[in-house]
Amino acid sequence: MSPDTVPNHMLIAPILIPMVAGALMLFYNDRNRQTKLVMGLVAVGLMFLSSTELMTDAKSLTDQGETVVQLYRLGDWPVPVGIVLVLDRLSAMMVMLTALLAAPSLIYAAAGWHGKGQHYHSMFQFLLAGVNGAFLTGDLFNLFVFFEVMLAASYGLMLHGSGPDRIKAGLQYIAVNLAASLFFLIGVALVYGTTGSLNMADIGREIATLDDAQRLLFHAAAAFLGVAFLVKAAAWPLCFWLPPTYGAASPPAAAIMAIMTKVGVYVILRLSLLILGPGAGESAGFGAPVLMIGGVLTMGFGMIGIMGTPDLARKGGYLAIISSGTVLTAVGFAQAGSGAELLGGALYYLIGSTAAVSAFFLIAEPVSRDDEGEDDDAPAEEEPSKGDAQMWAWTPMGLDTVEDTPDPASARTVSWLTMAICFSLIAAMLAGLPPMPGFIGKFAMLRGAFQENISIAGHVPAMLWVFSAMLILCGLGSLIALIRFGIRRFWAEQGPSPRILALEIAPVLMLLGMLLLLTIRADAVLGYTRATATALLDPSIYRETVLHQAQRVDAAPVQNLAPDEMPVEEQQ
Amino acid sequence: MELILAIAIGILTGSGVWLLLRPRSYQVIVGLCLLAYGVNLFIFAMGRLYVGAAPIMPKGGFVDPTAYADPLPQALVLTAIVISFATTALFLVVMIASRGITGTDHVDGKERSQ
Repeated sequence: MSPDTVPNHMLIAPILIPMVAGALMLFYNDRNRQTKLVMGLVAVGLMFLSSTELMTDAKSLTDQGETVVQLYRLGDWPVPVGIVLVLDRLSAMMVMLTALLAAPSLIYAAAGWHGKGQHYHSMFQFLLAGVNGAFLTGDLFNLFVFFEVMLAASYGLMLHGSGPDRIKAGLQYIAVNLAASLFFLIGVALVYGTTGSLNMADIGREIATLDDAQRLLFHAAAAFLGVAFLVKAAAWPLCFWLPPTYGAASPPAAAIMAIMTKVGVYVILRLSLLILGPGAGESAGFGAPVLMIGGVLTMGFGMIGIMGTPDLARKGGYLAIISSGTVLTAVGFAQAGSGAELLGGALYYLIGSTAAVSAFFLIAEPVSRDDEGEDDDAPAEEEPSKGDAQMWAWTPMGLDTVEDTPDPASARTVSWLTMAICFSLIAAMLAGLPPMPGFIGKFAMLRGAFQENISIAGHVPAMLWVFSAMLILCGLGSLIALIRFGIRRFWAEQGPSPRILALEIAPVLMLLGMLLLLTIRADAVLGYTRATATALLDPSIYRETVLHQAQRVDAAPVQNLAPDEMPVEEQQ
Repeated sequence: MELILAIAIGILTGSGVWLLLRPRSYQVIVGLCLLAYGVNLFIFAMGRLYVGAAPIMPKGGFVDPTAYADPLPQALVLTAIVISFATTALFLVVMIASRGITGTDHVDGKERSQ
């Protein structure tokens, strides 16, 4: 290769670090959990450092007015043929979000969950490698491979701790995802068959030149891929697997799996704007109505679900669905051309809501724990769900069960109060109440939606009204559901508080601190996400950077191996 | 040849989808396998069909690309086979665990009558 382009090796670090760490852990006996924990934390710390470095790169590139995209050619193969990793603002942001969510989840697992099965820490690291790979890759088939790495690790994490509930939910989770992977493969094959390329930027270039028959096939491919990613993103008719799965998974696993729905959202965001964006000729805007209508329906489904289910962990699943639906709708609007403000707000909301959903999964188990504080290694006891009668057993109506407790009936430990405050803050965040980033994100989305449409078109389309109404209704629904739970759990119940370990409070506080930081530095983060949205809406920058380097190697004897350019041999 | 291949893929996929929607976990796993076969053949077909063309170029680089079959779908299929094989094996383990714990091979973990 030409020596003037020294590749930025930092680009592959977020994939290599967790992969190597996870593999190294396998050399240790599974009982050395503390060693593995330390290794995992070091790996996540390194990952965070590399992601800050990547983010600085992505930002500084834009500030200098240069290209916003960096390339890393795996194996140094020329671009349209070889696999590339691509860094832009969006992928840098998502990688950093992954690192930020990983640390609290790991610390929480140290409270006991990591000892409930085999190889928790290795699977956790492999999951991170898969997620980061999916965020960074610029190749459609490579994306599939990283998806499978991520999914295989998630199957293990989801089943971690075993038990009938997890196995039942896991069976369905795996079946759904295997079917979705096959959809993914069909889509990839069709894309290759029609455009002759798997490089995302190259596909975006090819699509403008397709003839009608091929365009039809390409639309079919996009639909197949869309189904696969919407299953992962948990859009409405494809999201029934999510609440039971996340509800049954152990809390730290569910907390990191909160980022996995966002992988689906990310891919849809990336592909629909890069390939089916305004520059796609006749295919421009393909799928946007599906995203808009499906996204709004997803939000509605999540809202109904969260009010309907009594189980707190399942409520978390529905919150993840609402969060996905909101961003998906915003992507649909962006694809239909409603401007960068709305998308920038949606990206800000994505960061905040993913962190909040992750924190919610972490807090759900301690808050609904019924162990009366007698159990030292609290999460080690996997209790079957008790009936209401037992749950109320220590209330004044059932005094005979509390006579052995030395504490007064209204004993409230500091840890319990902390948990209550954290719960209310997270609820405020997810409902979109003012001090939290949920409010800022929703406000930014609405402002972007209305301002741009009124200034350009002079009126607001009906779909946007529906979206705005749904956005506010979802907040109301979440608020009702979570406050109802909070009142019942924190105020109405008497008796001793369950024992909660510091290791379980610390990660929740970490995530809350992150959310508060997101509020305090809202201008900086919103500025970043808006610039990201602007870059996403102008895919030609991404495309030209990736393919500009391709032209340099076209002098080599490598031909475009598009199959449609080959003379099809006469059969038989 | 195209017709035969298309019909084969269609039969595999159709049977796979039907079995996937059945209530027994054994049927589901066989359905997933059949679906995977259908999809793998489909990927293969996306490189267009060639008869008697070599898959790999000789040492020394490009001679005449038109004389060779498209190698990329073959690489894709290989990856896809490995991945679907591995995940199906994993699914089998979970299925057996489910059978052992719940005592039934229904995908819901309980018989409908219960």
